[in-house]
Amino acid sequence: MAQQNDIKYIAPVAVDIKKKKYCRFKKSGIKYIDYKDGEFLKKFVNEQGKILPRRLTGTSLKYQKKVAQAVKRARHLALLPFVTDNLKSN
Amino acid sequence: MVNQYETVFIMTPVLSEDQMKETVQKFEKILTDKGAEIVHQENWGLRKLEYPIQKKTSGFYQLIEFKAEPTVVANLELQYRRDERIMRFLTVSMDKYAIAYAEKRRANRSAKAAQKEVVAEQPAVNNESNQTEQA
Repeated sequence: MAQQNDIKYIAPVAVDIKKKKYCRFKKSGIKYIDYKDGEFLKKFVNEQGKILPRRLTGTSLKYQKKVAQAVKRARHLALLPFVTDNLKSN
Repeated sequence: MVNQYETVFIMTPVLSEDQMKETVQKFEKILTDKGAEIVHQENWGLRKLEYPIQKKTSGFYQLIEFKAEPTVVANLELQYRRDERIMRFLTVSMDKYAIAYAEKRRANRSAKAAQKEVVAEQPAVNNESNQTEQA
């Protein structure tokens, strides 16, 4: 046990290890993003109902366009709000 | 050229169940009269809207998937606009991925429905088997 602890101190752990972001659609092979699934689309939207940028979610450009399209369709059908406060807590 | 389309529309919550079904039938008829082939239908029932439309906070959702000529869609949307029972509608043409997804979704839904029926029919048997597993 003692040895393990020593090693920890000798090699200080980097404060923030950058975790590589990845596109979840490419990774899991999802080809079509459904606008009818409001719950799923909430993952790509912030608390105010705005679409999250690619730089935060890591989605590839190809699928970001599809996400945006799906969110907009869902909004039209009142499956997602155009504007709100605290969407996630509801 | 025949394309596959998917249309979702929201009817006012003012309608009774029968009136709602009648409305759905009307639009089915509009489609089939124009030579469209209805692939699949789903009624989501009365759902809460995320924001009010025409001062209503809920509505009946109906989904229809159909194969038709592009001209049919124009006619369908015209009929939507003329019908005051329809609050919102959206018609989307489906690409091959959408069709594959829709088939998968349908299979999932029917499997779930079947599972529910089985559970409802034989709850006692399931309970017994669970107990034996635990023991």
